[in-house]
Amino acid sequence: MPSYVITEKCDGCKAQDKTACQYICPNDLMTLNRDLMKAYNQETEQCWECYNCVKICPQQAIEIRAYQDFAPLGANVIPMRGTDSIMWTIKFRNGKLLRFKFPIRTTVEGSVDPYKGKPEADMAKLKQPGFFTTSKPMPTMK
Amino acid sequence: MEKETCNFSFCAKPAIEEIETDLLLIGGGMACCGAAFEGARWANSKKIKITMVDKAATDRSGAVAMGLSAINTYMGENDPKDYVKMVRNDLMGIVREDLIYDLGRHVDDSVQLFEEWGLPIWKMGDDGFSLDGFQAKEAGKGSLKDGGKPVRSGKWQIMINGESYKVIVAEAAKKSLQTNREATGVKQNHFERVFIVKLYNDAKEPNRVAAAAGFSVRENKIYIFKAKAMVLAAGGAVNVFRPRSTQEGQGRAWYPVWNSGSGYALGLQAGAELTLMENRFVPARFKDGYGPVGAWFLFFKAKATNSLGEDYCVNPEALAEAKAKYGKYVDNLGTAIRNHLMMRDMKLGKGPILMNTHHAMDAINKTFIEKLGEKEGAKKVKHLVAEAWEDFLDMAIGQAGLWASNNVEPDKVPSEIMPTEPYLLGSHAGCAGFWCCGPDDLGAPEEWNKKWPVGNYNRQSTVKGLFMCGDICGASGHKFSSGSHAEGRIAAKAALAFMLDNPNYTPTINETADHLAAELYLPFEVYEKYKNHTTDPNTNPNYIKPKMLQTRLQKIADEYFGGISTWYMTSKTMLDEGLRRLQLLKEDTSKMAASNLHELMRCWENYHRILSVEAHARHILFREESRYPGYYYRGDFDKIDDANWKCFVNSNYDLKTDTWTVKKVPYVQMVEDMAPVKH
Repeated sequence: MPSYVITEKCDGCKAQDKTACQYICPNDLMTLNRDLMKAYNQETEQCWECYNCVKICPQQAIEIRAYQDFAPLGANVIPMRGTDSIMWTIKFRNGKLLRFKFPIRTTVEGSVDPYKGKPEADMAKLKQPGFFTTSKPMPTMK
Repeated sequence: MEKETCNFSFCAKPAIEEIETDLLLIGGGMACCGAAFEGARWANSKKIKITMVDKAATDRSGAVAMGLSAINTYMGENDPKDYVKMVRNDLMGIVREDLIYDLGRHVDDSVQLFEEWGLPIWKMGDDGFSLDGFQAKEAGKGSLKDGGKPVRSGKWQIMINGESYKVIVAEAAKKSLQTNREATGVKQNHFERVFIVKLYNDAKEPNRVAAAAGFSVRENKIYIFKAKAMVLAAGGAVNVFRPRSTQEGQGRAWYPVWNSGSGYALGLQAGAELTLMENRFVPARFKDGYGPVGAWFLFFKAKATNSLGEDYCVNPEALAEAKAKYGKYVDNLGTAIRNHLMMRDMKLGKGPILMNTHHAMDAINKTFIEKLGEKEGAKKVKHLVAEAWEDFLDMAIGQAGLWASNNVEPDKVPSEIMPTEPYLLGSHAGCAGFWCCGPDDLGAPEEWNKKWPVGNYNRQSTVKGLFMCGDICGASGHKFSSGSHAEGRIAAKAALAFMLDNPNYTPTINETADHLAAELYLPFEVYEKYKNHTTDPNTNPNYIKPKMLQTRLQKIADEYFGGISTWYMTSKTMLDEGLRRLQLLKEDTSKMAASNLHELMRCWENYHRILSVEAHARHILFREESRYPGYYYRGDFDKIDDANWKCFVNSNYDLKTDTWTVKKVPYVQMVEDMAPVKH
């Protein structure tokens, strides 16, 4: 189900410090055509349809259309990812619509403070089982 | 055939940046995110430098890039010993029980941290129904750490709202790396879009890892990282066998399409010993979309049948037939055996195999209405239907799209399931990977820890200073996302202990920076040298582009090493012929050609795939039995032969001579047998 970019909506992330879809694609597929200042998927048969480009696009210019080597035409799945939840709209080939909203995180993005309230690493325990966070003795098989 | 070399006569020489660090983390998935978090805490006070290098953007890299709807490994109330039994049973009796137990006793801490960092985890409501992460918070349900009761879809699995799972875990890892920069004064220790091609051994100590070379996928630049130790977690191998989909649908691999065998190839070229590389995973998933079936089986209690409505896992004739070949391993109906029984019916023309989602939903509907009445029952059913769709939308969005394309509503009609093409991995229901040192406090044989040839450090490979985790630490599957994170933490901590024990080491390599640059940029040189010979640079007799390299590999693997086209069947004669063809393909890699940085990455990814598949084929050839029916069969030894083969198969690759040594290593049982299961 490769991603495609809607010409009219894509502005090449001109106002951003980086092209969002190109930055995020785990498989290095999204790429910017510098002449047109528009992004496109350069290798559609390697697209996992992870939707990360769709979710991150500030212009909502990217959508996914089903892999045509096995999927009939006419359906789509569109996400709208907010700060704490995501909305999905699923349109069936026959026009049926489903809408869902799911939580995505319970903390504010960027607020993770990984060592806050955690013990310092006790170097004397470096070679023992357990993590720096471990307070109880680790079980053994016996 | 003459070999091509690169001396930058045709392509431009890239900039070269050499980086000296202490602990190098190769990969940015769950395992290396765990390594960064645990590692930095131990390293900071000692001013030990940690560097992470990821071929993608860490927020969305690795196998959890899309998200997940469940965490499959959370012990909670369970004893890690029972976890060992489950994993051993599913992986046909041969696993490293020390590594698995060790993972089991460590994993919950990672899951509890995920929740603390913001991952919404479902909880049981007072009425016995599930609450999503938000509802649970509103209802005042405590966190896992404070005794909150998770929603179990199976004995080991808990349900989550996991769309942002990787983003959250990456945030903690990136912040941890930031603390390490502050502690050490290093300006940059997190490199995204840098693809590591090869590891280099130490000039003075040949069995020690000293450097890693890679290139930027964004600019013409080579990176050489010199390190005192490395944690390698660069994933399993996907799209190594010809996939069932033929064109753009190839991207819809069940496992992430970007897992290109780099983890295996990097380690084996450095000389690290492999184990159980004959193992593979062939998941039975919803056809084409490869959407997850776990929640449907475990949570919604759906049943899979053949098209005549028969449960193929209880057919006495099929079971007797399987038992005659595979003995007691049939009794517990592990994943491989269930696949075997399913494929038997497919071969008898009893397909399509169906997941009866509609019957499951009917049953749920009835129970809910009986229990709660018409109105409240309907409300709960609606919630459950949303949960069913979320299962896909969190981790296999394309499956939701495929259902919508086919007008499939799971509460009304069943859906077809299908065994996929084979994948190589060690963190899901597979165990192909490296032979690693285990913990020394569990009573495992001392050869697995105290007498480890390059020093007793947990998760160290047989190469000094090279630690393995996630998909590539072998013989210990069923870690999944949480276990990979925990294993990354275990490995990083052990690597730091190793480093502190060896304080005077400085990594040096024989190769010059220019030599490495020439090696990595060879596909550019080849392309530029010949591209004008023909009117279309894609068709040229002097080189092979990465796409054809991959296609040829997939065809060889599929036809000779037991892919879908032979119903996963192979034999000595087939393997020998496939390996002969693979050798020619390997030779042709000196003529790989890339026209841009993206293709340069694809060339080297496919080189990694080729080496991973070769290891796989050589292990299958060595093991003269069919240990994993349902995943692959040796037609010439179609039985499980415990008397001769209840052992690990380990191998070493010698890069200089391009030869393999394969051997048996004894299996040792540490946890007592399960009580027999009755059917």
